[in-house]
Amino acid sequence: MDWMSRNLPYLMAGISVGGQYALIAIGYTMVYGILRLINFAHGDIFMVAGLIMVYSTTVMPIYIAIPLMIVVTVILGFLVERAAYKPLRSAPRMSIMISAIGVSYLLQNLALYVTGGLSQQYPAIPWINDTVTVFGATTKRVTIITPILTIVLVLLLVTLIKRTKIGMAMRAASRDFETSQLMGIKINSVISFTFIIGTFLAAIGSLLFFTNYTGVTPTAGAMPGLKAFVAAVFGGIGSIPGAVIGAFIIGICENIIKGLGWTTFSDAFTFALLIVILIAKPTGLFGEKVTDKV
Amino acid sequence: MSTKKKNAWNVGLIAALLILLFLLEQTLPSSSMLFTVLKKGAIYALVAVSMNLLNGFTGLFSLGQAGFMLLGAYTYAILTIPMESRNSVYQYFDGGIIQFTLPIPVALIAGGIAAAVFAYLIGLPVLRLKSDYLAIATLGFAEIIRAVFQWDKLGPVTNGSNLLRNFPSFRSVVFPFVVAGICIALIVMLINSTYGRAFKAIRDDEIAAEAMGINLAHHKRLAFVISSFFAGISGGLLAMYQTTIQASMFKSAMTYEILLIVVIGGIGSVTGSCISSFLFIACSEWWLRFLDNENLYIGGFHVPFLRPGFRKVVFAVVIMAVVLFYRQGIMGTKEFSVEGIADFFKRKFSGKKEKKGGVSHE
Amino acid sequence: MSKENVLKVENVTMQFGGVIAVDNMNLEVDKGEIVSLIGPNGAGKTTAFNVITGVYAPTNGAVYYKGNKIIQNYPQGKMKKLYRGENPMTYTGQHAVAPTPDKITRLGIARTFQNIRLFKSQTVFENILIAKHMLRTSNIFTATFRLNGKEEARMRRESEELLHLMELDDVRDELATSLPYGKQRHLEIARALATKPELLLLDEPAAGMNPQETLELTQFIGRIRDEFGLTIFMIEHHMDLVMEISDRIYVLDFGKPIAEGTPEEIRNNPRVIEAYLGGAQNE
Repeated sequence: MDWMSRNLPYLMAGISVGGQYALIAIGYTMVYGILRLINFAHGDIFMVAGLIMVYSTTVMPIYIAIPLMIVVTVILGFLVERAAYKPLRSAPRMSIMISAIGVSYLLQNLALYVTGGLSQQYPAIPWINDTVTVFGATTKRVTIITPILTIVLVLLLVTLIKRTKIGMAMRAASRDFETSQLMGIKINSVISFTFIIGTFLAAIGSLLFFTNYTGVTPTAGAMPGLKAFVAAVFGGIGSIPGAVIGAFIIGICENIIKGLGWTTFSDAFTFALLIVILIAKPTGLFGEKVTDKV
Repeated sequence: MSTKKKNAWNVGLIAALLILLFLLEQTLPSSSMLFTVLKKGAIYALVAVSMNLLNGFTGLFSLGQAGFMLLGAYTYAILTIPMESRNSVYQYFDGGIIQFTLPIPVALIAGGIAAAVFAYLIGLPVLRLKSDYLAIATLGFAEIIRAVFQWDKLGPVTNGSNLLRNFPSFRSVVFPFVVAGICIALIVMLINSTYGRAFKAIRDDEIAAEAMGINLAHHKRLAFVISSFFAGISGGLLAMYQTTIQASMFKSAMTYEILLIVVIGGIGSVTGSCISSFLFIACSEWWLRFLDNENLYIGGFHVPFLRPGFRKVVFAVVIMAVVLFYRQGIMGTKEFSVEGIADFFKRKFSGKKEKKGGVSHE
Repeated sequence: MSKENVLKVENVTMQFGGVIAVDNMNLEVDKGEIVSLIGPNGAGKTTAFNVITGVYAPTNGAVYYKGNKIIQNYPQGKMKKLYRGENPMTYTGQHAVAPTPDKITRLGIARTFQNIRLFKSQTVFENILIAKHMLRTSNIFTATFRLNGKEEARMRRESEELLHLMELDDVRDELATSLPYGKQRHLEIARALATKPELLLLDEPAAGMNPQETLELTQFIGRIRDEFGLTIFMIEHHMDLVMEISDRIYVLDFGKPIAEGTPEEIRNNPRVIEAYLGGAQNE
């Protein structure tokens, strides 16, 4: 019991962080599933969502700021795809990836300019920021809400993909990009829709993530972004349940490592895990095997 | 043009360049931004060419450059801090455990070797991965290296997360030019050898290359180790230039910058990488500085938006424009050479329709 | 012609998941022969080539080159349970031998590809020169510092000679992919020859060619066999080509060899006609 009460806060923090990573990871895994692109800018869009929240709450009440933040972030995600990825659709994969790195560089520098390089205080959101006590451990309410909200959103998303027409189009596009085009699927709208969902989830993720931290810096998105990507790879890129499970595993492991006093290595651990999984099972936990045709 | 004549031209040009640099140093004040650009540009040129060897010539998309630079920089710094300064540098670790110093050239090469050895070790598993997985795995390794070097337990060697300083640096701009120049020349010689041809074959078509009897694993590892060796040396040079180093400098953002330099110069062009690294450094450190000046007036008109950070925004926009609209970069896969220029003018004056500059791949 | 065995495929089965692509294949190619492998689309011909050249390790079976075992495998791991092919126990307990394709090439087996795979950014000459890399004796240091001058000169000379023999001199410095389709096929064969093989595997060399080009190719293949002392094993759909130059023909259907014999025998084999469903009209 003593062990439990000592480690429960870390476990809960891990589950919570895992949920936040999961929301970002879905964006990576869906985009990769269709475009075979590691969207390096996704983490930075997540950071921008945080900044939008910071600035909008200074001029408007929080209940308007939250929906506004989500809408603006989604528009940003949509525009990034249209401006930076769509023109390169027939280019080699390396070019699109470089473009993604370019967007990431641009967003970070833009944030640096706007913030002046200073960490921006994230607004305290009422209710979810309240302190609650669970099994004798005190924590913020957001810690409890995150995993629940994550699972609800994932279930909604899975239903959307399984049951709706656009979901079917997305599945078709991720299976065979060219053939789905020939079958009359409007590939550009499918891709845009994928980015919209991805950024929508990242916007919600940022709301939950930054609540736990004091401030937003221009590089605040890079590390959670990379970790969420690792989670997506871990679960098998292209698979949504895989990404979610991977994210929870990474979130929990990371916080346990922090609990053991190895904070320096919490980031390194994630990458070590990535490398181990890539070598042992390159397709991740739930990924499908692809072979090159000779 | 015969090979001999070509070599004579190249040697002449390099000599002229070094003399010019020397003269510049004698005449201009040493605080001139030009020297900053030249020094840092030469170092970045080396690391960009080393990255190009992998990404451009062998087709391996690796993002571990910052990690290998870190290894080179730390190895150099640790091995060259003078004995009398060790106690003050390693103040939290009783002067550290390394109690000897090496001469500068030896330490630079040791930095390269440290990076190469590490590349060899991680290359065994990682190089089996394809394109973007390789990129993310190498990026991950660079992050792990960074974490390990900041680890307190290794403090007696790495000084933990504290600065390393007091190691010898260079004053003259000629030094980085000579070192980077030699290294780049070696890379070019490699690219033009039969091994270079094998690398390019792997880039073009792995399956066909393998069917031509090229051992993929062996050649990929060679390219990876050699590229890392030179990244390590450039890391050592960077340490000399900065005069102090810290593991937190070598973030993935650094790798991204180098990648963007390679892209702007043209993936698969050595001279492109060199030209673009000087341009990149000049723009980011010098020419666009005015954009950071809040009180800029043009004829009484207060230019809006200008304040610290705006330079980098403009710069990032320019880079995006290059990535999207000039995907070939400055040079494409062509090389800048005396012969190319000679041909260019010949065509121009003989009135024939000219092809775009540059010269063959040989 | 002495009956010296060059290639022997023994009980080779290739199973992907639950699908058997090549089913207990046995075939032999003797020195100096031109042997064709024919069969309807999806019969497993290219898969058989990929097994022989080391791209895939077979699920079961062995391959011999000039009497030496170069490839061998038996159902292992998951395949132990999944395996539905024949002779599952023959090779169990022996060592699996699975060389990578480059090793096979260095033994003296060169190949071309169904969908042409040239080095896109390289010139015709460079494409051939690259194939000389495997015959080097220099290491990376001697090559970088140009201490291998003689060898480099030899590589270049041999490549030039080969270009001349293949009648590709006039396009020497063109980009490989800028050549017309037929020439690209020639170049691919020339590049394979540059590795100095004894056995040449051609995967549909006449694919996409018109009758005139096919005719030229027929003569070309016969010529290189004689000039380079080659043994040729090829996959082909053009029946006129196959019937014209093959010494022997193997017919594959659903991964299983259903017939073997001279062109004359194959032409009159009822099982072959049935498999091709009137494909015999092609000739």
